This record gives sequence, structure tokens and C-alpha cells, in this order.
Amino acid sequence: MTGPKIIFFVLAAAIVVFSILSIVNRKILRAAIYLLFVMVAVAGLFYMMNFQFLAGVQLILYAGGVVVLIIFSILLTSQINSKLEKPRTSHLIPGVITAVGGIVLSAVTLLQFTFKPSQSASVEINMQTIGLQLLGTSEHGYALPFEVISILLLAALVGTIFIARKT
Amino acid sequence: MNLQSEIPLEYMTILSTLVFFIGLTGVLIRKNLITMLMSIELMLNAVNINFVAFNHYLYPNRLEGHFFALIVMAIAAAEAAIAIALIINIYRKFSTVSVDDVDELKY
Repeated sequence: MTGPKIIFFVLAAAIVVFSILSIVNRKILRAAIYLLFVMVAVAGLFYMMNFQFLAGVQLILYAGGVVVLIIFSILLTSQINSKLEKPRTSHLIPGVITAVGGIVLSAVTLLQFTFKPSQSASVEINMQTIGLQLLGTSEHGYALPFEVISILLLAALVGTIFIARKT
Repeated sequence: MNLQSEIPLEYMTILSTLVFFIGLTGVLIRKNLITMLMSIELMLNAVNINFVAFNHYLYPNRLEGHFFALIVMAIAAAEAAIAIALIINIYRKFSTVSVDDVDELKY
């Protein structure tokens, strides 16, 4: 066992265990906190793969934004101590069968396929490369998706205010 | 750091498969709108792990997966904001966030 391997297995175990806990825990606030742990572990995984910017965005946007928003809405809509009802057996059995069946099917398909790792040299990922590509209009530019996303965010902003206002 | 010799790509894809189906199970077994939203966030995260892993292992000379993951994150944030606005509005009208009790379009 080498260093990266140990780190990977610790992160993977954290991700899987906390995501299971976050869907089976019947106290909703605890489920949200477990979701926060999952997000932080995923950010660690991104950092391992040398995507420092993406890891930072993951921490700021998910751990700092989405989970805080979810906790905020939990506090607005339910009592802290109230427990979620137990899932009915008629829902539990199809859900678990779907999960196990899907995992087995996907895992078998994945393991039969042999991925050929690329031999080409990896590009250095710094802010300059990311910024130039995000606003570039040449071959590997992402100017159009960037602008579409900004319009989507504006629409979400206006729509959220419109939906949540008091009539 | 060369990750390819240490951790095969299959480990990453299996991990994201597990997280994705855990999220799917959460959507199927829970009746609370907020818990279902959390499960959807789990599924989106699994997709992001896949994008980043394929970018890192198969196309290290490009940044396609990186930008895909960024865009997925932006959409997930917008989706969470809209969903929470809807949930709070539903709670005002029905005083509950359970999907079983919210069964009227017009009130």
C-alpha cells in the first residue's frame, strides 16, 4: 500500500459510508451534515487528480452553498427533533432491488471493458489555462456554454425570487 | 504525481457507480422533498467524479471533463435554489413537505 492508494481508499470509504448514512438516517439535519462530509471527500478526490480549481469550486459551491441552503430550508420547514417516517416496505424492496441490480449491471459492464490509459503528456492546469479556455472561441474554447450558463443562472435567480415571494 | 499506476480507472468508475445508485435508492425510498433533493445532489456528484476521472486518465492533454464538471456544478446550484424556493412555497400552502400529501395542482 502506497500513499495515494491509502488516501484513495480512505476517501472512497468516506464517500460511500456517508452517502449511505445520509439516505438512511431518519433525522434530516444529520442527513444534511453527512451530505456535507460526502461533498468534502469528493473535493479531496478532485484534489488527488490534480484538479485544484475544481476541488475549490466543489468546496465553495457544494459545501458552502448547496448544503447551507438545504440546512436553511430544513430549519424553515420542519422541527429539528422530528424524525422522518420509516420507508414503507413496498417502497424499500423495489428501491434496494433497483440499486443492487443497477450496481451489478454497471459493474459487470465496466469491468468487461478495458480502458486504454492515455500516454500523452498531461496539460498543466492553472488558472490561466482555465480562464483562456473558458472564454476562448477557438477549437477548445467554451465561450458559448459559459454564456448559456450565465443566462441560466440569471433565469434561476429571477425565477427563484418570483416563486418564493409572498403574494 | 502519476495516479494511473497506483489506482486503476475502474476503481473510480466503481466508486461513482456506488454513489449514483445510493442516490437513486434515496430518491426511491424517501417521501420528504428535501431528502429527495439531497439524493439528487449525490447523483450529480457521482457524475462529476466520472467526468473528472475520465478527463484525468484518458485525455490528460485536454480539459473537457473539467469544464463539463464545472457546468454540472453550476446547473446543480441553480436547481437546488429553484427546488428550495418551490419547497418553501409548498410548505406555506400545505404545511408539509411530504410528497404523499401534496397531491393538488390547484388549491
